[in-house]
Amino acid sequence: MNERVAKIVAPLTVGLVILAAWEFLVRAAEIPPYILPGPVIIAQTLWTDGPSLMGSLWVTLRITLVALAAAVVLGGLIAVLFAQSRLLELSFFPYAVILQVTPIVSIAPLIIIWVNDTFLSLLICAWIVAFFPVVANTTLGLNSADRNLVALFKLYGASRWQILRFLRMPSALPYFLAGVRISGGLALIGAVVAEFVAGTGGSATGLASRILESGYRLEIPRLFAALLLLSLTGILIFAALSWLSHALLAHWHESALPEEE
Amino acid sequence: MAAGSSPLVATSKIGKSFRNGTVALANVDLAIAEGAFLSILGPSGCGKSTLLRLIAGLTPPSTGTIEWQGGTPARISFVFQEPTLMPWATVWDNVYLPLRLLGMSTAEAATCIDEALAAVGLDGFAKTYPRELSGGMKMRVSIARALVTDPQLLLLDEPFAALDEITRFRLNEDLLRLWQRHHWTVVFVTHSVFESVFLSDRIVVMSKRPGRITADVPIDLTYPREESLRVAPDYGALCQQLSASLAEASQ
Ligand SMILES: Nc1ncnc2c1ncn2[C@@H]1O[C@H](COP(=O)(O)OP(=O)(O)OP(=O)(O)O)[C@@H](O)[C@H]1O
Ligand SMILES: [Mg+2]
Repeated sequence: MNERVAKIVAPLTVGLVILAAWEFLVRAAEIPPYILPGPVIIAQTLWTDGPSLMGSLWVTLRITLVALAAAVVLGGLIAVLFAQSRLLELSFFPYAVILQVTPIVSIAPLIIIWVNDTFLSLLICAWIVAFFPVVANTTLGLNSADRNLVALFKLYGASRWQILRFLRMPSALPYFLAGVRISGGLALIGAVVAEFVAGTGGSATGLASRILESGYRLEIPRLFAALLLLSLTGILIFAALSWLSHALLAHWHESALPEEE
Repeated sequence: MAAGSSPLVATSKIGKSFRNGTVALANVDLAIAEGAFLSILGPSGCGKSTLLRLIAGLTPPSTGTIEWQGGTPARISFVFQEPTLMPWATVWDNVYLPLRLLGMSTAEAATCIDEALAAVGLDGFAKTYPRELSGGMKMRVSIARALVTDPQLLLLDEPFAALDEITRFRLNEDLLRLWQRHHWTVVFVTHSVFESVFLSDRIVVMSKRPGRITADVPIDLTYPREESLRVAPDYGALCQQLSASLAEASQ
C-alpha cells in the first residue's frame, strides 16, 4: 500500500474498530447511557444538540484563536527582544519560565477576579498557557543562525537590523513554526481550563461550561458530544498549523522536504 | 606594485589560542603585498583557516597585531571552507546578499550577479535552492558570492577541494584571469601542492602545534599561466621543492 493512502486508511481503520467494539460492549453489557453512552447515541446527540453546541464551540474557539494570535505576535516580539540583548534575555527568561510552570488553574481564579470582563480574563489565561513555546522556540531559533553566516554578514558591514531581518529571522522560522504548532493546542487547553474555573455562571458559555453543566445534569451523551467537538477542534487547529508550517518551509527546510528520491 | 610600497596587510607576531587551550597559531609574521597571489599550504589542523579568519577580522588575535595599508582594512571577500549558503534563499539571492547589504536594488545588481554566476559556470541555476545542488556547485555559488562585490582582498579557504579535477583546473584558470583583470590581492588556502604552484606568485608553508610559518617560497613563473604549464619542467621542479617542504612541515 502506498504511504499516502496508508496515512489515512490505517488510523481510520483503528478508529472504526474501536468504535465498533465500544458500541458492542455497551450493548452487550447493557451499560446505561448516563454511565457510558455508545457511539451511536453520542452521534444522535451531536446531531440534535449540534446547533446549540456549535454556538458554545464558537465562544471557546474565539478565545482560543485570539489567544493564539496574541501568543504568536507577543511571543515573537519578546523573542526578538531577547535575541537583541543577552542581558534582557537573562533578566526576563526566568519569569517567562515561572509563568509557564505555574499551573493555570491556580492563577485563573485570581485573574478572573482582577479582570472584570469575562472574555478578557479567559483570554489572558489562555495566552499565559500558549505564549511560552513561541518565546522559547523562537529565541532558540534566532540564536541558532550559522556562525559563519553571521561572520559573513558582519564582514559585509550588515547592520543589526539587516542581520535580524535577513539572517536570524529566516533561520528562526522553522523553530518559530514548531512553537506555534504547540501553542495552538495549548491555547485551546488554556481556554477550556479557564472556562472550567470561571464556571457556568457567565453569560457567554463556551464548550467547557457545557461539559460541566452536562456533568451536573447527568446528560452524559451530550458531555461526550461536547468532548468530541473539542478534540475535533484541537485536531483541526493542529492540522491547519502543520499545513501552514509545511507550506512556508516547503522550499528549503529538511522537515518539509519530500522523501529521498 | 611599486617596489618598496607598504604591504596591503601585515601581521606581526600574531597568535591565537582557543578557550579549550589549543594554540592554533603562534608568532606568525606575514606581510601580503598588494596584488599578490599568495597560497597557504599546510597539513590539516595547522591553523590555515584560523589565520584567514584573523586576517578577515572574524576573530580577534590573542597576541600580536594586524596592520593595514593606510590604516583601514581593505574591502574583503571571504570564501569559507564550507559553502555557508542561506538554505532558504535561491542561488541568485545568495549571490545577491553582499550587494543587498550594500543597499543595491535587484535591478542594479542583476548584471553583476549574472556575470558572477557565469564566471563559476552556474548560469541557468539562478532559481535553484542550495539543497538541489551538488557539493561542488554549492561551493561555486559561494565563490560567485565572493566575486560579486569586486573585493580588494579575496580570502579563499580551500575553495576547490570538493571539485573534480577538470572543473578545478578550469576554475583555477578562471580565477587567475579574474585576478589579473581586477588587480585583486588573493590569499588562497589549499592542500594541493600542484594547485598552489600553478596559481601563486608566493607560497607560504605552515606546520602545526603550534601553527607557524616554516617556509616562504616565491614562485617565479610568468603570468598568464596556461594549461601547458602543468607539464613544464620548472613547474615540476617547484612542485617537488614544495612537496618536500610540506612533508617536512607535516612531521
Ligand atoms: N573554535 C575553535 N575552538 C577550539 N579549537 C579550534 C577552534 N577552531 C579551530 N580550532 C583548532 O585550531 C587548530 C587549527 O584549526 P584550523 O581550522 O585553522 O586548521 P586548518 O589548517 O584550516 O585545517 P584544515 O586543513 O583541516 O581545514 C586545530 O587544531 C583546531 O582543533
Ligand atoms: Mg581549514
